[in-house]
Amino acid sequence: MALTREEVEHIAQLARLELTDEEIERYREQLSDVLDYVARLQGLDTADIPPTASVLPPRTVLREDEPRPGLPRDEVLANAAETENGQFRVPPVFGGEG
Amino acid sequence: MRTVTEWLNALTSGEVSSRELTEDVMARIERLEPVVRAFLTLTPEKALQAADEADRRRAEARRNGESVPPLLGLPIAVKDVLSTRGIRTTCGSRILENYVPPYDATAVRRLKEAGAIIVGKTNTDEFAMGSSTENSAYGVTHNPWDVERVPGGSSGGSAAAVAARMVPVALGTDTGGSVRQPASFCGVTGLKPTYGRVSRYGLIAYGSSLDTVGVLAQTAEDAALFLHLMAGQDPLDATSMDVPVPPLSLKPREDFRGLKIGVPREYFTEGIQPAVAHAVRAALDLMADMGAEVREISLPHTEYAVPVYYLIAPAEASANLARFDGIRYGPRAEAETMWDVFYHTRGQLFGPEVKRRIMLGTYALSAGYYDAYYGQAQKVRTLIKRDFEQAFEEIDLIAAPVAPSTAFRIGAHTGDPLSMYLEDIFTLPANLAGVPGVAFPVGFDDLGLPIGLQFMGPHFREDLILEAAHLYQQATDWHRHTPDPLADEE
Repeated sequence: MALTREEVEHIAQLARLELTDEEIERYREQLSDVLDYVARLQGLDTADIPPTASVLPPRTVLREDEPRPGLPRDEVLANAAETENGQFRVPPVFGGEG
Repeated sequence: MRTVTEWLNALTSGEVSSRELTEDVMARIERLEPVVRAFLTLTPEKALQAADEADRRRAEARRNGESVPPLLGLPIAVKDVLSTRGIRTTCGSRILENYVPPYDATAVRRLKEAGAIIVGKTNTDEFAMGSSTENSAYGVTHNPWDVERVPGGSSGGSAAAVAARMVPVALGTDTGGSVRQPASFCGVTGLKPTYGRVSRYGLIAYGSSLDTVGVLAQTAEDAALFLHLMAGQDPLDATSMDVPVPPLSLKPREDFRGLKIGVPREYFTEGIQPAVAHAVRAALDLMADMGAEVREISLPHTEYAVPVYYLIAPAEASANLARFDGIRYGPRAEAETMWDVFYHTRGQLFGPEVKRRIMLGTYALSAGYYDAYYGQAQKVRTLIKRDFEQAFEEIDLIAAPVAPSTAFRIGAHTGDPLSMYLEDIFTLPANLAGVPGVAFPVGFDDLGLPIGLQFMGPHFREDLILEAAHLYQQATDWHRHTPDPLADEE
């Protein structure tokens, strides 16, 4: 199944990936090849087959609801591009005015 | 290079100190690393400090007649997708170029508590997405048996480091074959445990329903020791299972009598290299001579493993990798708004294969396509899992080739991702079914490249496949061969 440029741009937007024109064309071709290949799954009759999301037996995992220390704040923040007052700093959410 | 078991004996007897062993390891890495390029980060100062501490602790325990942790003073390497507190962890990606985890992965923590010393972090395909280490943002690792060839992947750095005997053992991870395939390409023993056997906490997630923490070693015996130390339920990973931890040492077996080995006919397709089929058949003949009942079986949905995996794993990856946005870790591409920071950071700092899989997964999960792609893949996954369940009603373990070919040339699949995906055909089913697998060398092709065989067993029966691999290794010496000209001086 051949993807269009517009479809690739839409997927990239959903995935928050900025792509160059060249990348869009390359991924259009490569993803179309892969989608052609995986299309062979459509031929299998799976009407009565349940999906497998996990191979483990279904079970509920609970733990005691007790407070415990979190990660050391300094070490966590040391990895961030920008911090302020012991918190992550992010650029404005809405265009330029922040 | 001696095996882990042999080094631990030498450390216990006092024949070598941890400092001597660690210095040897560092010297060997220094000599071979320019050719092999197995490591992304080396930590010689920390390692030597830990070695001195281990020697002090051992001397004190000896004076007081106390016991010491089982791996005390043993140098190991760790794949760079496993979090190591205070040691840079990149996942082979520029998006985590300077990331220093504030905590250890549970598997790493347990080995450190057992006394292991980390000497460095090994190369990997970016976020473990690949079969050759060519997708690492920091360059390819070279196969010690032929440096023009790939070591396999994604745990290619760990496999090459063990093959070149730079370290006695290294941790890897296996989501679709990433421990077993490089083990096969590099002629070492690689264990992929049952899904849920070893905690995934601190393993930077790729495909969460498939990811496992494994080990690359020289022998099945060493792999069993490491599994014993890493395994067990962990409150920090809800998918880690509360089942008895496999034993420290393997039950000695005299022969293969009483063991039924199934050989799936779907793994001997026309695409397989004749030398690979020949070596695997020869190994099976030896096992039969030693008493195994070897019979052909069918895993009829094997051909669907590649399409199922390349929908499910990218779908899970597209969700898992959403966290890399330039805010909490890694470099950030500057932009006016938060949204543009996300677009630019991710677009510029993820490599081509990671972007490809994120988009494939995003597409498979997107409105209008979910049922046809992701939903159908999950259903066919059930069929693949049932193939294994039905097989294990008849036989004890499955034996098969690990990969259709021996190590391929660097660049052989560049620009054609689908042809690279097809390399994973024999390793993906075990991940989709969640069963354990162990790969180990059973011969060489005409070019002198190693050939691997894998055993796969029922859930949580690592003991069975490791005992069988151990018995084979006692009867053969393929696992003792080392690459020339990197051959061991010892």
